[in-house]
Amino acid sequence: MKLYCLSGHPTLPCNVLKFKSTTIMLDCGLDTTSVLNFLPLPLVHSPRLSKLPGWVSKDGTINLEKELKECAGRVFVDAQPEFCLPERELLDLSTIDVILISNYHCMMALPYITEHTGFTGTVYATEPTLQIGRLLMEELVNFMERVPKAQSATSWKNKEIQRMLPGPLKDAVDKELFGAVQVSPLSSGYSLGSSNWIIQSHHEKVSYVSGSSLLTTHPQPMDQSSLKNSDVLILTGLTQMPTANPDGMLGEFCSNLAMTIRAGGNVLVPCYSSGVIYDLLECLYQFIESANLGTTPFYFISPIANSSLEFSQIFAEWLCHNKQTKVYLPEPPFPHAELIQTNKLKHYPSIHGDFSSEFRQPCVVFTGHPSLRFGDVVHFMELWGKSSLNTIIFTEPDFSYLDALAPYQPLAMKCVYCPIDTRLNFHQVSKLLKEVQPLHVVCPEQYTQPPLTQSHRSDLMLELQPPPMPYRRCSVLNLPFRRRYERIYILPELANSLVPSEIKPGVSVATVSALLHSKDNKHTLQSVPKPPPMPPSKKRKRVIEEPPVALAPKPMLSGAVALEAFLATLQKHGITEVKVEETADGHILHLQAEDTLIQLEEDGTHIVCDSEPLRTTLRDLVLRFLQKL
Amino acid sequence: MPEIKVTPLGAGQDVGRSCILVSIGGKNIMLDCGMHMGYNDDRRFPDFSYITQNGRLTDFLDCLIISHFHLDHCGALPYMSEMVGYDGPIYMTHPTKAICPILLEDFRKITVDKKGETNFFTSQMIKDCMKKVIPLNLHQTVQVDDELEIKAYYAGHVLGAAMVHIKVGSESVVYTGDYNMTPDRHLGAAWIDKCRPDILISESTYATTIRDSKRCRERDFLKKVHESIERGGKVLIPVFALGRAQELCILLETFWERMNLKAPIYFSTGLTEKANHYYKLFITWTNQKIRKTFVQRNMFEFKHIKAFDRSYADNPGPMVVFATPGMLHAGQSLQIFKKWAGNEKNMVIMPGYCVQGTIGHKILNGQRKLEMEGRATLDVKLQVEYMSFSAHADAKGIMQLIRMAEPRNMLLVHGEAVKMEFLKGKIEQEFSIDCYMPANGETTTVTTNPSVPVDISLNLLKREMALGGPLPDPKKPRTMHGTLIMKENSLKLVSSEQALKELGLNEHQLRFTCHVQLQDPHSDADTLHRIYTHLKSVLKGYTIQHLPDGTVIVESIVIKVSSSAEDSNTKVLLLSWSYQEVLNILKRSK
Repeated sequence: MKLYCLSGHPTLPCNVLKFKSTTIMLDCGLDTTSVLNFLPLPLVHSPRLSKLPGWVSKDGTINLEKELKECAGRVFVDAQPEFCLPERELLDLSTIDVILISNYHCMMALPYITEHTGFTGTVYATEPTLQIGRLLMEELVNFMERVPKAQSATSWKNKEIQRMLPGPLKDAVDKELFGAVQVSPLSSGYSLGSSNWIIQSHHEKVSYVSGSSLLTTHPQPMDQSSLKNSDVLILTGLTQMPTANPDGMLGEFCSNLAMTIRAGGNVLVPCYSSGVIYDLLECLYQFIESANLGTTPFYFISPIANSSLEFSQIFAEWLCHNKQTKVYLPEPPFPHAELIQTNKLKHYPSIHGDFSSEFRQPCVVFTGHPSLRFGDVVHFMELWGKSSLNTIIFTEPDFSYLDALAPYQPLAMKCVYCPIDTRLNFHQVSKLLKEVQPLHVVCPEQYTQPPLTQSHRSDLMLELQPPPMPYRRCSVLNLPFRRRYERIYILPELANSLVPSEIKPGVSVATVSALLHSKDNKHTLQSVPKPPPMPPSKKRKRVIEEPPVALAPKPMLSGAVALEAFLATLQKHGITEVKVEETADGHILHLQAEDTLIQLEEDGTHIVCDSEPLRTTLRDLVLRFLQKL
Repeated sequence: MPEIKVTPLGAGQDVGRSCILVSIGGKNIMLDCGMHMGYNDDRRFPDFSYITQNGRLTDFLDCLIISHFHLDHCGALPYMSEMVGYDGPIYMTHPTKAICPILLEDFRKITVDKKGETNFFTSQMIKDCMKKVIPLNLHQTVQVDDELEIKAYYAGHVLGAAMVHIKVGSESVVYTGDYNMTPDRHLGAAWIDKCRPDILISESTYATTIRDSKRCRERDFLKKVHESIERGGKVLIPVFALGRAQELCILLETFWERMNLKAPIYFSTGLTEKANHYYKLFITWTNQKIRKTFVQRNMFEFKHIKAFDRSYADNPGPMVVFATPGMLHAGQSLQIFKKWAGNEKNMVIMPGYCVQGTIGHKILNGQRKLEMEGRATLDVKLQVEYMSFSAHADAKGIMQLIRMAEPRNMLLVHGEAVKMEFLKGKIEQEFSIDCYMPANGETTTVTTNPSVPVDISLNLLKREMALGGPLPDPKKPRTMHGTLIMKENSLKLVSSEQALKELGLNEHQLRFTCHVQLQDPHSDADTLHRIYTHLKSVLKGYTIQHLPDGTVIVESIVIKVSSSAEDSNTKVLLLSWSYQEVLNILKRSK
């Protein structure tokens, strides 16, 4: 069993597991942090960005002024942003049978795998992951396409994503793959429809833990107990903000927001269009009345804003208990339905169109992309960045906020960093692992040492016994797995014909000779049919030279023949003249009348006899004393 | 031989109060717990005293599964769990869990508040009962206990309707509840794996019907409604609040839109609004088209259909009214019916099945004079139309499901005996499987013949598989030999050598030796060599070795040659072989 690691990003994993003749890709994350090296893509012409000086090396020998621009003391690439794809050379991706997706953030690289590698397998994801993941991909494509850049990057061909969502994408349920392994999703508590996966056969179990959360937010709580008894647990997607408490951050978010609005400023929240935004809206729903923000407009701007809000309401099965109870009433599970109904929250596909005419300030704007490199957020940065009344509040943990802001410097707008990452922290994960006790843990190497910036914090790493097996991009790990048994089915007819004998108290054995059928990785045993009578052959007689049909072999024997008891048995069968001679290892019995020798030893019996009937009798007598296996 | 027992307490050769007991692999499962709309006395509920004469049912049942929210499938639930007493798990899908208590409360109100019955379950009992419910997701295997597992499949029929696959070890049963094999305007079609259950328990409401195309039925329906409206008549469509009602609403809504009709359409009872909310929130349970477009246009937001008020019934002019309940046995639909029955311009369209004893059933059978309470009779002058819109599988659909699931036995419930008989014959003929149709209280026993799951040592399996070439070939079975070790509850199949090792036993060698004399003038060594060459030519496919120490070895057989002391032409062959030797060399060498 092997694990191929195609991504080095611990929260955007992409691993391939080879397990029992199946090849399973676990998640397909697209590392977007690389876009921070690119200039933002403005929605409307930006004189500032278009007049940036090109970059020339100090001695003037290297001149890349067309591609590289200097901005606020840093160098940026002036081109369509590029993303960091999973490694495609480590193994033949066309051999992948299935791709299991754990949550909608971890599937953005799917088109690169499914469309250009000869992939013919199936992608499994839960219904909400599938639907919302599709929306997020469409959004990304939309962000890119509406502001085409002359210089296009080589690896990012956004057309691909459009044709995107691969046909064979299936709603995830308990599935059997090729009769060999069973895969089932378990709720992971991180986002709507997010799941961990169990990959198991009758005797082996691999758990794949991706972004999981124990906090009570909107998703269905994490299923921890089903992770028990794993042989291997692959652990990815821990919190990226181990020192930030999500609840505290939420409080800070609200108070900063209120402060800015009261001072007459606008608040910009760069965020993904699904996920924490639902919790932020819910929090604001409770908060606005008490904070006297009842008249402040909230805007959610994204090509998928409406769909995201609508979809969030229809997945009751995947929501936490409180939200499920609301659906039973029947009421929408998320209060943003009410915010929309009362006109407190408005959503628009983009800043163009209705929004520009209905837009009132001061206001709160939720919009993407959180990298600040593309999407409507770029426009608001240009619009509000110069006023210190305004505030930008970062809530997504995926990007360093300082790097995100770099091309906008100098900036007068206030910056507040409240990263909300609900994924497991090191304390929670240690406790979880102690409870579920996997035999082996595999994790990204980043989790086996403290973060670079906090090298003294030995609590911010995984310490396990035995130590976890670390992986990095391009690692190929041999997982310590010893498969010893496989499930086989004995058909009733054969089962009835077996003759068990008790060897020890409570332990019986039976010898089995049967036909083995293997089909679709399922094995069955059935009785050996009696050979049909040979049809009279009209052709010339031929010596049949094939080896004869193998008869059932004789069982192996065990035990010892006790001398006294054996002599008594012989006597009963009319053999009385026995001369017993003691040897180093046992006895030699000389059956004088029959001219036969029987050598009895602890681990063997030797019958020297020229008469076949007698030999057969003696054999059967000896066998009475032995156990057959 | 293991057996599976199935006993209907209700729905055995009947429609109504579905309740079926299944005993499988030592587990007892109750499927559905419904009420009968045709009765107002004890016969209304299944006879739970069949399970135990006194006391609670908890000890006798491992779980209860409700297939969908129709009262003939869940109407006895609070009675069973709170009044008879059952504290075990109750499984149903999320939409069923959401809607079921509302219909139960409605049913309770009609029975207690309107008819004044006492000794009926209370609102609190409905709530307590629902607390015992564990929601099921589609296609997710739920482990009821270590041995019993259940899995739900989409059944169409109504929002949240499910079929269940019940499995203990390698024995299994599928219960369909009510299902529909053709997608309609708001629901998808039922689907199940090829799970090869020992018994498929199927409803058979339309056992003898093969319905014409749905489009024709819809066209007929619209034509009739339209004609009636045109001549100024009033159209009553008795429905249950959830289910067909939404289907017909979508149908009329689109028709009104297209034809630009102005006559009002009303939907009775306060349930409507609520019902439509359920459809919006559980949109994932509707059909693909609705799911795909719900963000742009939610099909359950109706423009033309408005809430009904009791006073509207006397308004002049044409109108269409959807009123509950669907079989005209009580409530608003019956009240409106009484009001409109006298006018031949009016029309009542029965869009679904009506249980015996209900007014719906009577008028469909052509009865034109109805005896009402208090000796009054009602002359039925309005037109009575029947249109089968209920989302049950017809005979074709049932056969289709059998092909899908490939059961070993078939068992029919939820239908009329005569019709079942017909379908039973057809099934037995077409699929050559046994088909049963037990009456209420009658037990069907099916012996199963399950395979025995065993853990085989991978070494042994690989060794055997390697013999047949690198790839397993289903057409070329191989013989394998091994030892089955039975210890406590585990069954392990290993090679004999491994069995010895695992059990800590020593092997006991059993060998035999005999002497054979033959005449041969050559030297001992030559004789041996001649024997060697001869054996080589005769025994192809065996390992034959000629060792330098003057022995020939064939498999485990050792052959030595020595001259007789008296006569050097007489050679004595010493043959020695082990007990396990397969080759019967003595017979061959003759």
